[in-house]
Amino acid sequence: MIYSERFECMKRDELRLVQGERLKDAVRRAYENVPFYRKKFDEHGVKPSHIQSIDDIRKLPFTMKDDFRETYPFGLFAVPLRDIIRLHVSSGTTGKPTVVGYTREDLDLWAETIARTLACGGGTADDVLQVAYGYGLFTGGLGVHYGGEKLGATVIPMSGGNTKKQLMLMQDFGTTLLACTPSYALQIAEEAAAEGIDLKKMKLRTGYFGAESWTEAMRKQIEQRLPLKAIDIYGLSEVIGPGVASECLEQDGLHVFEDHFYPEIINPETGEPVEPGQKGELVFTCLTKRAIPLIRYRTRDISCLNEQACPCGRTSRRMERVSGRTDDMLIIRGVNVFPTQIEEVLMKVEGVEPQYLIIVDKTGTLAELEIKVEVSEGIFSDEVKKLEALRKRIFDEMRSMLSISAKITLVEPKSIERALGKAKRVEIRTVK
Amino acid sequence: MKVKQLSIFMENRAGRMAEIARQLGEARINIRALSLADTSDFGILRLIVNDVDKAMKILKDSGHTVSLTEVVAVEVPDSPGGLASVLEPLRAGGVNVEYMYAFVEKATDKAVVIFRFEDIDAAVKVLAKAKISVLPAETVYKL
Repeated sequence: MIYSERFECMKRDELRLVQGERLKDAVRRAYENVPFYRKKFDEHGVKPSHIQSIDDIRKLPFTMKDDFRETYPFGLFAVPLRDIIRLHVSSGTTGKPTVVGYTREDLDLWAETIARTLACGGGTADDVLQVAYGYGLFTGGLGVHYGGEKLGATVIPMSGGNTKKQLMLMQDFGTTLLACTPSYALQIAEEAAAEGIDLKKMKLRTGYFGAESWTEAMRKQIEQRLPLKAIDIYGLSEVIGPGVASECLEQDGLHVFEDHFYPEIINPETGEPVEPGQKGELVFTCLTKRAIPLIRYRTRDISCLNEQACPCGRTSRRMERVSGRTDDMLIIRGVNVFPTQIEEVLMKVEGVEPQYLIIVDKTGTLAELEIKVEVSEGIFSDEVKKLEALRKRIFDEMRSMLSISAKITLVEPKSIERALGKAKRVEIRTVK
Repeated sequence: MKVKQLSIFMENRAGRMAEIARQLGEARINIRALSLADTSDFGILRLIVNDVDKAMKILKDSGHTVSLTEVVAVEVPDSPGGLASVLEPLRAGGVNVEYMYAFVEKATDKAVVIFRFEDIDAAVKVLAKAKISVLPAETVYKL
C-alpha cells in the first residue's frame, strides 16, 4: 500500500513545482521569524525574493550542527513557545545537546511521514506494531508511535530494553511489525536463542531498522535469524526524527519524502553539488516544518541519490543506505576508513557475528588500529591453529579490502558492551 | 569409547581460569583431566569432567563459548617407552594427532593419554588393530 499516492507518486515536474512553492514559503518564514536566519541570509546576500523555484535552493547558505548549539535552546524556532507542543533532545556527545520543537502541524506531518514509512514496508491498519525504540527525549520511540497510530496499526509502546518481555509480548500479541535499532534486533535474536524461543514461529513480517548505521551483511544476518523483511529507515532529529526516508519492499534505496524534506548531495569539502548519482554529503531542507524551517542542513551522512523510477510506483528519489559519516571517518596512517566498512569485512568472513569494537590508539607516534571480535560458537574451535587461521583471515581481508593493518583480537562473547540504543563501535584512545 | 571433552574459549586475562574453576566447583563438578592451550591473547581450556552436560550448561549460562569435542583416552604403561608404544602404531597407520595431554592414574601403574585426532574413527581402528586398550568413556569420567 502507498500511504499518500498523491505525493509519493507525483510526476517529477509537478513535484518540483510543489517543492518550489514550499521552499519559497519556508525561506520567507525563516527570514521573517528567525533572527539567526535573517542575519545569515543577509551576510550571504540572499533575500527571500531571490528564491523563485526549487533550483534557487543553491543560493542559500548551509545550516550546520553547531548552529543548533550556538542558538541553544530555542534560537532556531520560528514560532513562539506557546505554539510548540513538543520538544525532543538528542544526546550531545560533546557540548550542549540539540533541541528540536514541534508545532501541532509538525507532529501531524511527522505522523504522516512515519505512516508512509510503515506502509513502505507493507504495514497496514491490520498490523501489530511493536515499538522498541527508546521513548523519551529521543525521537525514535514517540515518532514511530504516533505514525503507527495514524496508520491505524495496533501499537505496543514497549520502548527499548527488557528483551525477555519484548519476546513475551511479541509471542502473546502476535507482533507483525518491529521497529528498533538493527543492533537491538540482533540482541533480541540472541536472547531468543538463549531462551530456546523459536523466532520462526513468530508472526513477524517487517522490521523497521534505523537510528544507527548498518550494512547489507547485517541485514542478511537479521533476516536469517528473524522471520521478517528488514527495512532500512532514515531520519535525524534536526530534520524531524525517523520518517525522512524509507526503503520500500524492493529494498533498493530509501524513498525520500521529498515533498517535505528536500534532499541534496554536496561535496563535503567544497559545498558544491556533486554530479547526479555521485556520493557525497546529504543535505536536507525542511519545506513544510513550522517550528524549525531548517534550511540546507548538513547531515554529515554520506549517501547518493537515485532518480530512477522504482518498481513500487513511488516517484520520489531514493537515497542509498548511508555508508558513513563525514565525521566518523577514521584516518589510520593516511588511509581513510569508515567503521561501516570494517563491519562489512568482518561479516564477510564467514560466521563472524557482528559484535566488534574498533580501537584507535593514538597514544603513540602513529595511530594503531585494533579490532576486537567476539568468538561465538559458530566460529569457535578447540584447535588453536583454526582460531589463529580465523584471526589471520580477518587480518588479510582487512588489508586487502581496506588497505589497513589492524591487530585482530579474539575476545569472549558478551565482553563487548551492548548498548540498548546506539551501538558503540569505536573507541579512540588519546594521550590524556 | 569416545570421550566427550569440553573446550572453552578464554581471553588471557587475570582470573579467568579461577572463575571457571569456581563455577564448576560450586556445582560439585569434578575435573578429571585438563589442558590449556594458549597464545599471547587467548587460550583454549580443555576439560574432561564427571558430568559433561551439567558443566556445559553452567558454562554456557555464564556466557562462555563452549564446544564439545570427541577425544580418545588410551591407557599406557607408566614406564619408559610407554607413550612411544602407543604413538608408533599411530604413526605407522598414518593417523594425525591434533593435540594430546596425559595424566597419571592414582591407583594403578598406568598413565592415561587423551588424544584429539583429525579422524577419530580411523584412529580408533588403528588402535584396535594394534591391541592398544582404549578406555570406555564412563571409566574416564569416573577416574
